[in-house]
Amino acid sequence: MNIAVIGVGNTYRRDDGIGPAAADAIGQLGRPGVTVTVTDGEPTQLLDAWTGAALAIVIDAVLCDPAAPGRVHRTGLSDLPPGAGTASSHSLGIPEAVELADVLGLLPARLVVFAVEVADVHFGTGMSAEVAAALPDIVDAVTQELNRIDAPVVDR
Amino acid sequence: MTHRANRQLRVGALARVEGEGALDVTVADGRVERADLRIYEPPRFFEAFLRGRAYTEPVDITARICGICPVAYQLSASRAIEDACGITVPAPVADLRRLLYCGEWIGSHALHIYLLHAPDFLGYPDAIALATDHRDLVTRGLTLKKAGNAIMTLVGGRAIHPVNLKLGGFYRAPTRAELAPLAEQLRHALDDALATVAWVATFDFPDLELDHELLALSEPDRYAIDSGRPRTASGASFDVSEFPDHVVERQVPHSTALHSSLDGRRHLVGPLARYTINSATLSPTARQAADAAGLGPTCRNPFRSIVVRAVEVVYAIDEALRLIDGYDRPEPASVDVPVRAGVGHGATEAPRGLLYHRYDIGADGLIRDADIVPPTAQNQPAIEDDMKRLVQANLDLADHPLQSLCERAIRNYDPCISCSAHFLDLRVVHR
Repeated sequence: MNIAVIGVGNTYRRDDGIGPAAADAIGQLGRPGVTVTVTDGEPTQLLDAWTGAALAIVIDAVLCDPAAPGRVHRTGLSDLPPGAGTASSHSLGIPEAVELADVLGLLPARLVVFAVEVADVHFGTGMSAEVAAALPDIVDAVTQELNRIDAPVVDR
Repeated sequence: MTHRANRQLRVGALARVEGEGALDVTVADGRVERADLRIYEPPRFFEAFLRGRAYTEPVDITARICGICPVAYQLSASRAIEDACGITVPAPVADLRRLLYCGEWIGSHALHIYLLHAPDFLGYPDAIALATDHRDLVTRGLTLKKAGNAIMTLVGGRAIHPVNLKLGGFYRAPTRAELAPLAEQLRHALDDALATVAWVATFDFPDLELDHELLALSEPDRYAIDSGRPRTASGASFDVSEFPDHVVERQVPHSTALHSSLDGRRHLVGPLARYTINSATLSPTARQAADAAGLGPTCRNPFRSIVVRAVEVVYAIDEALRLIDGYDRPEPASVDVPVRAGVGHGATEAPRGLLYHRYDIGADGLIRDADIVPPTAQNQPAIEDDMKRLVQANLDLADHPLQSLCERAIRNYDPCISCSAHFLDLRVVHR
């Protein structure tokens, strides 16, 4: 099973580093069949990372107003908001990358996005306490997604 | 509506440029008073951030300034710090760096040509619409970009923010055998690149000739990428260490990125400057493609920059193939760079133009001061001047088409505002 875990963000933009931090943590679990990628969200890199995957899990920071930093939203392909204000410094966001991949026939079989509400995307390393505190929950949530895929299908 | 004497155009959240910024154009009594490219993120963060860090760290830290051109930052930093320490890397290390840099040019230019710039010429709002009608074309662009990424991954360790670079060279150099499949991929990519030049050459280009001074690195016998002396289109040339004497930065109220001028003149760096100053050093294949596309020895029309980028992709692939063919695996993969107190200067040609770094290093190996002059910051006054002239010449247009024209003209420069300051935003306000 080919699974892509993709952390989107910039570790030098404080809370924008949550995607990369989560992806690194998943990478350290060393699960077979899981390819971990860290990217700034540039769409062709996303396409490269998830093309051919049975499941792609993307973890990205989002700016919300009002914000509850650290709150995690799980979304699938059908409920991605167009042009939601991702904290990435690039003009095409994940929804646009999904649209482009769809047109080109390069979508993964399944796509799950964990969008983490963030507070501080100014320059600097280290995340705010609220966002850093959400990291274990995000890793758990991603692990559960991976476990579902790994679980053997039982004939009844 | 279209002939008001006074109006204000605000282009917030510029689309399809890297980063965030905005353009404000003020028209009074039928004359364009100002065109301000506003960039409003905390500037110069990285320079402050580098102070007090070890002299070995900028090679990794500055890679994070830009996800599109990390190698440019890494190699300008390496050259500057090695200059301060009195080290010149051996030719095989320098060649491997040039190969890596070719990968970045291919990837960055392919992205800009196909996903950001071509839709402007073909009447599409974005690359998604272009891909809907021309899936094969966009797929070709992505294949080209992938070839650049393949170089970055093999030589740099990964496609973005390469991790295999260090001061003095690389952690590990690839073997000849590892480079063989890459060469095969690049041979196919060369065909795609030549087809790209032929394709973009058929676009319609508005007439516009710029008279800005042009600045690019230059080398006598090859197209300057990773090294060279700064040279201007008027023929002046100076050492990289004299860059701060010629290119002077100043603050402007409307932008958090510094503006700069070259010997008191507005200047432009990037593909047009490189091509105009260095076209004689293109490889025969790239030269032939440029000739077939109707590019003469110089190009001062910013709308044609898409053709120049396409020719530079051909050159970068051709050059990568030449470097792989003559590959001499560096042994060791890096040289020691013992610390030496002093100031060092380094410049390379980022895809968007000349990128200069200066570091002042203490005897303790800590950085006392850092100065980074990115291409987009240098180009800002020239971009603003172009906007003024463009709006003046098209005042009869309604706001919406005029705004579209401005956006399109800004995209000619492939501005990387995330490099020059970070983030850009776009809205229209009428008055």
